Amino acid sequence: MTRVTMTVNGKAVSGEVEGRTLLSQFLREGLGLTGTHIGCDTSQCGACVVHVNGQDVKSCTTFALECEGAEVRTIEGMANPDGSLSTIQQAFQDHHGLQCGFCTPGMVMTASALLAKNPTPSEAEIRHYLEGNICRCTGYHNIVKAILAASGQDVSHLGHGDAVAAE
Amino acid sequence: MYAFELVRPATLDEAVTALGAEEAQALGGGQTLIPTLKQRLAAPAKLVCLSGLAELKGVCIADDGAVCVGGATPHAVVAAEAAAHYPALAALAGNIGDPAVRNRGTIGGSLANNDPSACYPAAALGSGATIRTVNRDIAADDFFQGMFTTALEDGEIITEVRFPVPERAAYQKFEQPASRFALVGVFVAKYDDGVRVAVTGASEGGVFRWAEAEAALSGDFSAGAIAGLSLDADMMIGDLHGSPEYRAHLVKVLTGRAVTAAG
Repeated sequence: MTRVTMTVNGKAVSGEVEGRTLLSQFLREGLGLTGTHIGCDTSQCGACVVHVNGQDVKSCTTFALECEGAEVRTIEGMANPDGSLSTIQQAFQDHHGLQCGFCTPGMVMTASALLAKNPTPSEAEIRHYLEGNICRCTGYHNIVKAILAASGQDVSHLGHGDAVAAE
Repeated sequence: MYAFELVRPATLDEAVTALGAEEAQALGGGQTLIPTLKQRLAAPAKLVCLSGLAELKGVCIADDGAVCVGGATPHAVVAAEAAAHYPALAALAGNIGDPAVRNRGTIGGSLANNDPSACYPAAALGSGATIRTVNRDIAADDFFQGMFTTALEDGEIITEVRFPVPERAAYQKFEQPASRFALVGVFVAKYDDGVRVAVTGASEGGVFRWAEAEAALSGDFSAGAIAGLSLDADMMIGDLHGSPEYRAHLVKVLTGRAVTAAG
């Protein structure tokens, strides 16, 4: 076992891990931060996406020890300091960007990474950026709409849950 | 995963020493290796993590104009930093896997693994790149030696990949939608002294150069120049995603599209 130290959602944390301990495992089992979901555990689904030093990564495909000294942000660190939902989270609620909610933590973390790089993405850019995040409920339309809305763009023409124009 | 020790060397020298141990293996971004470990298809005693080595990261331009990419540079960084110097290379890097994979996966890891469907081997072979390791320089033509096989010795780390910049180039990938690997991918690059065509995803032997197309395109750089050519399906991969004949056909179609895209 080796001691690993990192900053998670602004707090310094440390724990004993094996070489093979995944970041997802350390967050969930070591720190009790179970908002990071493990959907497929094979890098396909993106439910486990977190930010490491500002970059969106799949925490099921990153070793905890690789994050020694890193700044990690998870879904638990996304709400505003007063506990209210962040703009992106609120947009997911307002636009019904989730049904079962399993993929949502990864969707929100990926959306947040996209908007940090590209504050007003087009619909096509959003769909391309979500390539590594799988949702089996919504058909993506309302997720895309929520992200467009969170970026401050007008989504009134997209209707309530109607299919938006295919890419 | 079987248990292993993970070490994080602070310098390249330390990494080389650590890789000298029995059953030690380099860990780039881990985007292929970690899934492989989970399936217990690899069982190293020690993983040597290269992602903390700043000296292996980044994109720079050599005096001769070549684009030099550090071995531990993630795809997303190549997509951003090579865009102004070698757009076709940047576009290829920016379309590997998905955004989260591109933030971790590295060029050195991709080339060392030499997956027969990976994108980077096509760029390296199609550009006549030089793969620089801790010991020597290896020409791309000598580097790729068949599916998952390269000229690298045990523990030999890729420190840099040098891409001569062509007059024009483009990469076309026919994506396998579930894995986002290339069902077939073709990289075409036009240099002063001729055209190079490198094909990934198609052959049982891994990435290869299509010599007939290179000859035809060196005389006439247009999609029409390869209209009369055909590829032998014998050595092509056949699986549930596509037959050997289908892949042979795709190679020609994508070569034409790449030539057109290169303009």
